[in-house]
Amino acid sequence: MGYPHSHELEVGTILSRHFGDESARRLETWQEYGGYEALRAAVKMDATEITGIVKDSGLRGRGGAGFPTGLKWSFMPQEPNGPHYLCCNADESEPGAFKDREILRWVPHLLIEGCLIAARAIRAEHVYIYVRGEYFPYTRILNDAVVEAYEAGYIGADILGSGWDCELTVHIGAGAYIAGEETGLMSSLVGGRAEPRVKPPFPAQSGVFGRPTTVNNVETLAAVPMILTEGAEWYRQWGTERSPGTKLWCCSGHLERPGTYELPLGVPLRDIIYDVCGGIPGGRKLKAVIPGGSSTALLTADELDCASTYEGMQEAGSSLGTASPIVMDEDTNIVRAIRRTAEFYAHESCGQCIQCREGTAWVAKILHRIETGGGRLADIDTLYDLCEQLTGRTICVLADSVVFPLRSSLDKFRADYEALIGGRP
Amino acid sequence: MSDQTVTLTIDGVEVTVPTGTPVIQAAERAGSVVPHYCYHPGIPSRPAQCRMCLVEIEGQPKLQPSCVMVAQDGMIVHTQSEQALDARRSVIEFLLLNHPLDCPICDAAGQCMLQDYAYETGQLSSRYAEPKLVLGRDRIADDILYFADRCIICTRCVRFMEDIAGDNSLVVAQRGHKAYIDTFPGKELDHAFRGNIVDVCPVGALVHEDFVFKARAWDMDTAPGICSGCSQGCNIDVNVKENQVVRVKPRFNADVNGYWMCDEGRRHLVMVNRGLRLDVPMIRRGDDLEAVTWSEAMEWIATAAPWGGGGTAIVDPRLSNETLFALRGLLDAMGIAGGGYRMPRGEEVSLAGLPMLKLREERAPNGAGAELFGFSEIEELPDIESGQALVVAGDRLLDAAPHYGTQAGFYVYLGTHLTDAARCASAILPLAGAGESDGSFVNFDGLVQRFHQAMQPPGVSRPGWMAINRLLRQVDADRPPVRDVVAAFDAMAAGTPDLKGMTWRGLGLKGAPVRAARTATGA
Repeated sequence: MGYPHSHELEVGTILSRHFGDESARRLETWQEYGGYEALRAAVKMDATEITGIVKDSGLRGRGGAGFPTGLKWSFMPQEPNGPHYLCCNADESEPGAFKDREILRWVPHLLIEGCLIAARAIRAEHVYIYVRGEYFPYTRILNDAVVEAYEAGYIGADILGSGWDCELTVHIGAGAYIAGEETGLMSSLVGGRAEPRVKPPFPAQSGVFGRPTTVNNVETLAAVPMILTEGAEWYRQWGTERSPGTKLWCCSGHLERPGTYELPLGVPLRDIIYDVCGGIPGGRKLKAVIPGGSSTALLTADELDCASTYEGMQEAGSSLGTASPIVMDEDTNIVRAIRRTAEFYAHESCGQCIQCREGTAWVAKILHRIETGGGRLADIDTLYDLCEQLTGRTICVLADSVVFPLRSSLDKFRADYEALIGGRP
Repeated sequence: MSDQTVTLTIDGVEVTVPTGTPVIQAAERAGSVVPHYCYHPGIPSRPAQCRMCLVEIEGQPKLQPSCVMVAQDGMIVHTQSEQALDARRSVIEFLLLNHPLDCPICDAAGQCMLQDYAYETGQLSSRYAEPKLVLGRDRIADDILYFADRCIICTRCVRFMEDIAGDNSLVVAQRGHKAYIDTFPGKELDHAFRGNIVDVCPVGALVHEDFVFKARAWDMDTAPGICSGCSQGCNIDVNVKENQVVRVKPRFNADVNGYWMCDEGRRHLVMVNRGLRLDVPMIRRGDDLEAVTWSEAMEWIATAAPWGGGGTAIVDPRLSNETLFALRGLLDAMGIAGGGYRMPRGEEVSLAGLPMLKLREERAPNGAGAELFGFSEIEELPDIESGQALVVAGDRLLDAAPHYGTQAGFYVYLGTHLTDAARCASAILPLAGAGESDGSFVNFDGLVQRFHQAMQPPGVSRPGWMAINRLLRQVDADRPPVRDVVAAFDAMAAGTPDLKGMTWRGLGLKGAPVRAARTATGA
């Protein structure tokens, strides 16, 4: 799908304005577009000032959890006592999500600039961008941009003559979903297995190389330069009080116009599906949508009138997650879709916590058996029980991630399960 | 409330613990044992990954892993709440999904934390209707087998090697439900302390090859011993079946070996008693050695020995303090001053994560004890002057020249093996070997430690102190009898300034330092 998308609801001003414009990858053009002006402003500000502006903007983390970015930055030690690090989480692996990819691919300099501003805000001396292993074509684009930025003096020693030094390294993962979990990412970055660990200590206390670290998502960091130049109030013209700004929506599945759209937070989900994305091909009906990437609860056709904000999606019983709706039409075999999702999580479980290691695989096997005609009604009870056992008892939330789509499918599409089981007790 | 302690309530019991104590340890103090797999008190890293030790803490929305939750003042903990029990039950159910349930042929059966907790949670049938995953088994080290299907991936073995041994050859391979333990590509698990990974394994996934299928846990007798492989003095449990040592495991002693021991020590006791054992006293009749009763041997030696005539003594640093002390009495009666012992030596091996524990260069347990009783180290066997008396105790004289000792006027050999040099003796007294008697050693650090009899010595062999005291009573009927090891130790302590004030019972199983005893008595 080419760019630019055009729809009246689309904002396209912050992140996606130059999507589709290959020349924007080059520093020369990027500077013509006003690139690195925010960094010029940032090097004249101190850390507290930058953090204050981002706090005021209400920017929330775009990696899925929606934690307020400015607040996260303020957790970093204020008194310098050794190196701090910034990790940019570009290990975008959530099935359905492809927003960070678009940023890496089209506007790498926007990300680099955001990283440097954030690094200044948290007093980091080194930025690591951890890119998903499968994103090697986009890593190449990012690397070219990093080289250009180094040559232009935007990264390295004495940035823009300010006396401030900051290095940036692009690190490529080896292809594990769990490396996207922040503690797993940091472990992988320093050469360990991508295994999450118990918090506390939080990354701001002990992260990369045991030093205070902040981990931010690509989309979060890419939003920072414009917030800094245009101001917090400008950013708040979009979205709601609790979910300000714009968001990239990665819409996939049975849609007329799937793709990545930058929309203000708060557009009803129904409008995103039927208006922005043109509805479902062939005029078929919508059966279900997983709104925030595969780890969020299914919504049915009756539940689409929720506002696409962090709080709105929560009220609807799901989650904004990575804002990656996967739309399924009326012909979709829900059990099959959930089985495929469960298989993904079973495959990606790091295997530390026993519940997750054994439970996700068990769920996948039961679903496979139901799908292929070997199911029993007792399996539904077992699946419900497994939802209990997999919730809130593990180090990270990977096990919980399989529960949201599973439990919601059992609640809302029990008839589909029973039809495949055919009454066997 | 002081800065050093916190007080909390666990299962209704108020308990005060040092600041920084994890809840799982505080619970133990309060009398609640929280089931766990990945947590091991001797391994510093705590990944909290098995999720077995989850407990309910009032005010916390989720169950918390008690191995990493630090006890706080006023905390109210429930280890047996409905939620905690349910979580534990489900962990066991998950672990059993793909477990082969091969307890009948598993060497860990009876000593298995999975078996124990499975019984405790009482799940008699499985809801699992899927085919089990089969991973098979592997030789993970030269002498250690890995049964992947039994493995619960608690990573204790990997973390022992990393944290304590400082060796990164062992890793988790693959991930998720396909994960297993393996050596890192191109590396071998050949560390001298690798055997501890078998001990830390809470199930039967890691088994020593020389133990596999040898004995069921309930068929073995266990006695607390001291490893005689080097001067470290590691505390051990000696597992015996049908009077054979089948396995040696480390026994916890915070001051000596923690939870660990080296592989050489494990093998030592299994092998040291092998060979042609002496099992009956013998006396020389012309060219022949004749088996006799202890009484006959005692009478014969009492008559034939040149009492007070002087001579040479060779003892061994593997003999117990009690035997060495009794020997001192015998040598005094024979007019032999001093005496030498030879110390076997080997390469020292240390542990990166635990500097106090080493496989020591001195490869015998009681050099310090020998010094204590007036013996000194010699490199070479002394020349025996013609017609002189010679007493050899313990040393097998395997490197002695042919007919060593035949030139002596009187030669008594006390030992465990019928070696060529022993055959040259005038009289041979069969002694109990390692693990075959009670006694004590003094380790490299001056710590006096008790060891206990684990098996029967062959034939009519006796502990050295018993044989020698019997002989001394034969010579001097007024000597008080030494009926058991308690009397032998207490008499020794009373007669040795460095041990004054010590008693066998007071020593207990943790040992006491020689020097402290000296300070206590002001000597």
